[in-house]
Amino acid sequence: MIWNKQAECMPAHELKSLQLERLRETVRLAGENVPHYKKQFADMKLKPSSITSLNDISKLPFTSKTDLRDGFPFGMFAVPQSDIVEIHTSSGTTGKPIVVGYTRSDIDLWGEVMARCLSMAGTTRDDIIQNGYGYGLFTGGLGVHYGAQKIGATVVPISAGNTKRQIEIMRDLGTTIITCTPSYALYLAESAEEEGLLPRKKIKLRAGCFGAEMWTEKMRDEIESRFKIMALNIYGLTELIGPGVANECEHKNGLHIFEDYFYPEVISPETLQTLPEGETGELVLTTLSRVGTPMIRFRTRDITSLHREPCKCGRTVVRMARITGRSDDMIKVRGVLIFPSQIERALLEIKDVEPQYQIVITRPHHLDELEVQVELSKKMFSDEIRHIEEFRRKIEDNIERTINLRVKVSLVEPKSLPRSEGKAKRVIDKREI
Amino acid sequence: MKLKQISVFLENRKGRLAEALETLAQAKINIRTLSIADTSEFGILRLIVPDPDKAKKVLEKANFTVKENSVIAVMVDDRPGGLAASLRVLSDANINVEYLYAFVEKSGEKAVVILRTEDVDAGIKALKTAGIGLLKAEQVYKL
Ligand SMILES: [Zn+2]
Repeated sequence: MIWNKQAECMPAHELKSLQLERLRETVRLAGENVPHYKKQFADMKLKPSSITSLNDISKLPFTSKTDLRDGFPFGMFAVPQSDIVEIHTSSGTTGKPIVVGYTRSDIDLWGEVMARCLSMAGTTRDDIIQNGYGYGLFTGGLGVHYGAQKIGATVVPISAGNTKRQIEIMRDLGTTIITCTPSYALYLAESAEEEGLLPRKKIKLRAGCFGAEMWTEKMRDEIESRFKIMALNIYGLTELIGPGVANECEHKNGLHIFEDYFYPEVISPETLQTLPEGETGELVLTTLSRVGTPMIRFRTRDITSLHREPCKCGRTVVRMARITGRSDDMIKVRGVLIFPSQIERALLEIKDVEPQYQIVITRPHHLDELEVQVELSKKMFSDEIRHIEEFRRKIEDNIERTINLRVKVSLVEPKSLPRSEGKAKRVIDKREI
Repeated sequence: MKLKQISVFLENRKGRLAEALETLAQAKINIRTLSIADTSEFGILRLIVPDPDKAKKVLEKANFTVKENSVIAVMVDDRPGGLAASLRVLSDANINVEYLYAFVEKSGEKAVVILRTEDVDAGIKALKTAGIGLLKAEQVYKL
């Protein structure tokens, strides 16, 4: 279902001229009012009026998370605080949090893009949405909330956590749409199975939008087959707006980016040059209509590629591939660059292995060692050591094939690794460097 | 003649074995015999208890990974070569022995050995045919 045909199926030339108009306005607004950009443009002797084509975007500076931190609290704001109706912050593990502000029109925009996302999952005003994203400073909860309200669907603002309650709500209220992180969805599936709601008894769930962390096709298969629902990938980030930057349509061949509001580029994280469409690199996004905190060429650190071949759904906006890593999440072990997602993929290729793992990096004798702890699944458990050993070795071999590095795999008891109710924490780096 | 055995996965973590045994003790389950097979990475605790279903339930409730399977309780002469005779029977019948462990208590003058063959039914048949004494579950629990 397409929420806004006019915007989502716009002919390319129309879209481009709309984007240019909005880009120029964003650059003007940022250059005139945002302290950070004002200074940066002055240092670079860059005149906002010199942006006359979409290609000129490469003249603009990148914005990093550090810039947002340095501007704490209001250094990225383009309007007086009296025009701001809502604030969100996202805290990093180090340093100050980042702050983004929304004007009334920004909140409207957010509701619009989220309505588009939820519509892709088939949501209408007749649906009951169980919103399992955290409400509060985290953007997930309220983003979905605004979209649901725009559609007129019934939203159950249950927020993250409280699994027992989630299961009861799902059963008693007959929830039809669910939104939460994919790892939490799998955790819910486990609990629903324990409660006897699955396979598919007494629940009406039909589809879900899952995001806020990296996940895989195998996880999608698992969510879909365990719940018997359609599981779509949603993307967004606090710095830009929150969830609602992009979402998959029912064809699940990449996430449609709402290009009338967000301008995507993919760059090489090493050379910082823009890459041709289709090539894999770091996603850079520019907001085109944000007023509170406009963002110019924000480096998302997410690794993806852009694709413009026509999609069967009829939308003309570009699609981004599922995120396969983070440019700053790369772990360097014995000089080899590794993405945790590669380890995950290696695990997922083996039948009966559950995608619950943790990576522990140590440096016992001046040499990095990588241990991958994997939860033993019920299906892996056998009364005989050699059967379990075979599984363990198979996992080690598969990881070695994927990352060209021999790692140690330890099997741990089921459900013993931390389940994230927000972003999954997969890597524990114990090296003292 | 099949005897139910409970197997428990033990992660290589301090105190995990004690936790498993405490769980059973709290449920007042009396362990008749046990064995532990382990590698440097993990271990498997194998147990013979009078109420295997209950043991499985309480262990699972305590978040252990548990499997139930069948083993054979063999009576062997308590003298040199007593066990070898039984194993000879199985190897002559081409039946693989996965593992075995002994009972502390005796059955009369005989020692009792718990034995797991790849094919449990075939193992029972071969041993019986050779006239080797096997114990029923109830007899094992009474030892
Ligand atoms: Zn599509």
